[in-house]
Formats: sequence, structure tokens, C-alpha cells
Amino acid sequence: MTAMTHEAEHHGPPSNFFQRWLFTTNHKDIGTLYLVFSLVMFFIGGAMALIIRAELFQPGLQLVDPYFFNQMTTLHALVMIFGAVMPAFTGLANWMIPIMIGAPDMALPRMNNWSFWLLPFAFAILLSTLFMPGGGPAGGWTMYPPLMLQHGMSFPFVIFSVHLMGISSIMGAINVIATVLNMRAPGMSLMKMPMFAWAWLITGFLIIGVMPVLAGAITMLLTDQYFGTTFFSAAGGGDPVLYQHIFWFFGHPEVYIMILPAFGIISAIIPTFSRKPLFGYSSMVYAIASIAFLSFLVWAHHMFTVGMLLAGSLFFMYATMVISVPTGVKVFNWVATMWRGSLTFETPMLFAIAFVILFTIGGFSGLMLSIVPADFQYHDTYFVVAHFHYVLVTGAVFSIIAATYYWLPKWTGHMYDERLGKWHFWLSVIFVNILFFPQHFLGLAGMPRRIPDYALQFAEFNMISTIGAFGFGFAQLIFLWVIIKCVRGGEKAPAKVWDGAEGLEWTLSSPPPYHSFTTPPVIPETEAPAR
Amino acid sequence: MTSKNANRTLVLKLGLVAVAMFGFGFALVPLYRVLCDITGLGGRLSQQSATVVAADYEVDASRLVTVEFLATVNNNAGWVFRPTTAKMQVHPGELYTTTYYAENLLDRRLVGQASYNVAPSRAARHFAKPDCFCYSQQVFEPREGRDMNVTFFISPTLPKDVEVVTLSYTLYDISGQQPN
Repeated sequence: MTAMTHEAEHHGPPSNFFQRWLFTTNHKDIGTLYLVFSLVMFFIGGAMALIIRAELFQPGLQLVDPYFFNQMTTLHALVMIFGAVMPAFTGLANWMIPIMIGAPDMALPRMNNWSFWLLPFAFAILLSTLFMPGGGPAGGWTMYPPLMLQHGMSFPFVIFSVHLMGISSIMGAINVIATVLNMRAPGMSLMKMPMFAWAWLITGFLIIGVMPVLAGAITMLLTDQYFGTTFFSAAGGGDPVLYQHIFWFFGHPEVYIMILPAFGIISAIIPTFSRKPLFGYSSMVYAIASIAFLSFLVWAHHMFTVGMLLAGSLFFMYATMVISVPTGVKVFNWVATMWRGSLTFETPMLFAIAFVILFTIGGFSGLMLSIVPADFQYHDTYFVVAHFHYVLVTGAVFSIIAATYYWLPKWTGHMYDERLGKWHFWLSVIFVNILFFPQHFLGLAGMPRRIPDYALQFAEFNMISTIGAFGFGFAQLIFLWVIIKCVRGGEKAPAKVWDGAEGLEWTLSSPPPYHSFTTPPVIPETEAPAR
Repeated sequence: MTSKNANRTLVLKLGLVAVAMFGFGFALVPLYRVLCDITGLGGRLSQQSATVVAADYEVDASRLVTVEFLATVNNNAGWVFRPTTAKMQVHPGELYTTTYYAENLLDRRLVGQASYNVAPSRAARHFAKPDCFCYSQQVFEPREGRDMNVTFFISPTLPKDVEVVTLSYTLYDISGQQPN
């Protein structure tokens, strides 16, 4: 209880650097740690992507040997999924959810510190495999046996690092759920919560539901390799296809784990810059919930080609197509929010609008992939690569960038450089399409994924794609510079940074005090739902 | 703060969900096996649930089904492995015996084990092997070669439109996993 009374006093962070950042239990500090970590991983994963694209600039083998190329595709995915996108969303949840729902901190501050500090160790282990004899993992991020079991030393290290990432994100999810369910200010009913808190609440349940399943699957890989079990080994009566089922039972909800928080962010930004409340608040909540529910029923659409009963294929095809209904509800609601609004186009809004358009393109290519007979043609081609990069780069990553611009003045107390932000946006949005759009054509023409060399007819589109990749990659250095510049100084930001913004976070000063809402704010009875 | 206890119970519950889902991943293994047995998915029928028995059926002499035999050596291990007959014409309901030939090409002892697969998978439930060398360890002395028997029959319940059934064996070298 002494800690409680201590926290209730208003004071700043500890002045000692190590005490502040290593031992912190403050949600704002931990949020910052998550976001900085995610940014570092974004650039590491991005550098790997550029190695991949550089090799694919021309047909033939130029820069790296094929085995290293495969390590790059594998690690790029693992780093971006578990190192960049998921920690970024957890970081945003840490920073924003307590000050959005009027809570003094996250529900479990010490566990919060622990769940962050697992990540640097997990990724140190994962990246250290690159320097081991036999190199890093090269069997794809999906870690299918038996290929995954034919690695050198890296295999157990990869498994343990993924275990750590899983434990970290499960703890983060439990923390968010406990915060949202137990720490809301009096009067903040669930249906008055900002959409970001709603999206994260549901995401939290998805994480708790499926990350342990991944842990189980990779544990089975580990025992198959070292303890003589034959879960996936056909020699002992196991079945490698079983792994695919278990993996994708995790894998499909996982892709929603990476997009539902994005929906929450976009639902905060679009109303602010449209100066209108979010259209169809409750339908947005139900849409997120039904997307999350359906995500447990569609896993086998990742593996139509393994051979499945006709009835199974049809079930997974239709269940997948049904997901486009709630997703469509969300897209139309965002458009309806903008309809006749008094729009302005600051950088967060630009990224949010780009999200709506480009994520929808990714959704449509997903719909194409869900069609069983067509999927046999598209499976494991660049069409799939194009599809999931549209939903994850122009979807998840764009939403994270939009969120950063949107809340950066709140975090730092300074306005970011709007002119540089616009440059960043236009370069990103142009180059990202040069990067990924031609990959649709490559895939339809039959270029397989995860190969370092390709047939000559694919040369032009690959060259275009690589040019786009380097443009997009270097454009992110502008983003880095904008953030550094904004942290160091700039025009003072008011409490309510955006004139159309609603919500508790804008009632706090910019930057907010180190301990905020130690006495819960009063929520007016009649207040319309926040964003 | 009153929420402290509420947090503790909630965290306990959510933690239990996480542990249960870890168990669920493992529960999928027997679930998958049951599903495969029911549907013949994966082209495999576990021996125990092979409910079809030859004596239960009359021979359907009016119908001929082609059975093809395939052999694969996993990971190019040091074996010759081939069916002695590439294909047979069989009547549903009648018991047949054929052989596979395996030879150890190396100068050391090899232990092999085979797995099998029936295609198309909807024929798997109607394909029974009362006697088969699969799933038992086969020890081969250096340079030893021998025939191995497969006794099988096709149940007359085989769907009418299935005219060709393929039986495929894969031989694995499990010498490394054997305590000597």
C-alpha cells in the first residue's frame, strides 16, 4: 500500500536513466519503450526486405546465395510480425488506453514491464541465429516440418525466441483486457469507450486464444526433433499436414491480431479530421467482434492445396467470404463518416484515407484467394505476397504511422513537421504501390514466392517492384527524422492538438503529466460515444 | 484501490484460458486422427479401426478395379525399394497378396520403417490390409535384400466411380533413432 500512496503524489519520472527505463512500471514509459523497439525492428526487418528485393532486381543470382535469401524471407516475416507490428500495437495500447478510458495506469504495471523486456531478449536470440553455423532459420516463418527440422543449430533458438515472443504478447494482452474491463473511469460504459479500446479488447482475447496454440505447435516440433515424438513425422505415423492445421488455427486469428487495432486507430482519426462523430459506432463494435469470431473458423483457406474433402473446402471458402461482410461494414462506415464532413488533410488523415483505400484492395485480393478453384492457381505465388503486403503494409503499418502522427504531439508536447510529414506520406503511398502492385501481376503469371531467381518473363515487373521497395524504404527515413525532430523540439502543442478531436486523452496537457488520471475524470452522462 | 482483487481474479481466469488453449493445441492431434479415420483424409486408415473384414463380403466378380503400387525412399536413403508388380486387376471382396522388394545398398545394418497412403482418399476407408509390413521395424543386414508381403482386399463398398486405387509406400531410414 505504500507504493499506492507513493504513486498518488504528482511527480516526474526518476532522474536516473537506468532506473527510469529498466525498472519502469509507468504505462507511458513502457508504451514509449514498445514503440521505439518496434521502430528499430521495423528498420531491421525493412533492411532484410531490401536485401530480398535487391536480389530480385534482376533474374539470376547476384548478391546473396539462395540459402541466405531464404533466411532473409523467413526472418523478415518473423521480425515484422512479432517485432514490428505487434509490439507497435501493444505500445500504442500502453500509451493510449489508460488515458483514453481515464485510468491512472495499466492494470498490472509490473507484468507490463516484464512483457516488454522479454522482447529484446527474444529478438537478440532470433537474430543471433544469423551468426550461427548453418545460419538462421530458412524454412519460412510458418516453420513447416519436415523442412524446419532440417536446419542447423538455429532451430531450437528460433523455437525458444518465438516462445518468448508468445509469452510477452499473452501477458500484454491479459494486461490490456484487465485494464479495459476493470480500470475504466466511472461512467465510461463499454459502449462509450473509444473504438481503439474496443478493438484492443477483442484483439486481446484473440491473442490469448491463439498464441498458446502456436506455442503448442512449435513445442511439438521441438519434441519431434529432440525427444523422439512423431507428431508430424510420417515415419512414425504422424502427419506433417497436421502441423499446418495447428499452425493456421493460430495463423489466421494472428492476421486479425495485426489488423483489428488498426481498425480502432482509423476509427479515431477519420472522425477527428472529418469533424463528425464516427458513423455507426455500435455496428463497428459488432463488426470487429464478428470478424474475431469468424477468424477461428477459416484457417484451412491457407492450405486448400494440401488435399481436403470437398465439403471442407466449401465450408472454409464460404466462411472466408462471409468475413468480407463485417469488413465491408467497417469500410462503408468510415466512408460514411467522411461523407459531408468538413475534411482537412493533415498527415494522419492522409495515411488513414490511404489505409481505407489500399486495405480494401488487399481485402479484395483476399477474397480472390478464398475461391478454392482459383486458389490452386494463386497458392504460394507472388499474388499471395501482394495480398498480404497490401493488408499488412498499407493496412497495419500505415495505421501505425497514422497513429504516430496523430498522437506524436500528445506524446512529445511538440507539433511534428507537417511539411515533412506530407513528403513522407506522398513518397510512401506512391512507392508502396510501385512496390506491391506489380506483384499481383507476377503472381497471376505464375511467379512462386520465396525464390531468389526467376524466369526471364518476370524481369520487368520485378525491377519495378524493387525500385518501389527502395523508394518506400528510404521514405521511412523521413519518418524517422520527423519523429527525432519532434521529440527534440518544435512548436508547442496544445492539450487538444486537433480541433475536431474528442476523447479523454485530449483533456490532458501535451505531453500529459507522468501520472495522469490519479483521480478518475468525470464522464458526462449524455456524452456521445467517443471515437 | 478496489480493482486490485478484481484484477487478480480476471488475470487468473485469462491465464487459465491461455493454459487451456496450449492444451487445445495438443488436443488437436487426436482430434485430427479421429477426423482422418472417419473421412479417410490423408489416405490413411489406422489399423485398429479397419473394420472391414474380407470374410464379411461376397466377392464381386463382375467388377474389376485396378490397384497400382508405388514405392518411395525417403531422403534418398541407401535402399532399393520397389513393388514387384506395378499394378493388379482385382475383384472387390477378394483377398490378394503382393510383395514389395527392399534391398540395403550399404555396408552397414539399416533399420527401415514404412508408411503408406491410399489415393484417392475416399477409397482409403474401403481398402484394408490384414497383413502389411508397414509400421513395424524392418531390419536389413548389410547388402541384404528381401521381399515383403502385403495382403489386401478392397471392400465391395468402394464407390462405383473409383476404378483405380493407388497404394503408395514410403520407406524411412530410422537406423539413427534406434538404440543398438
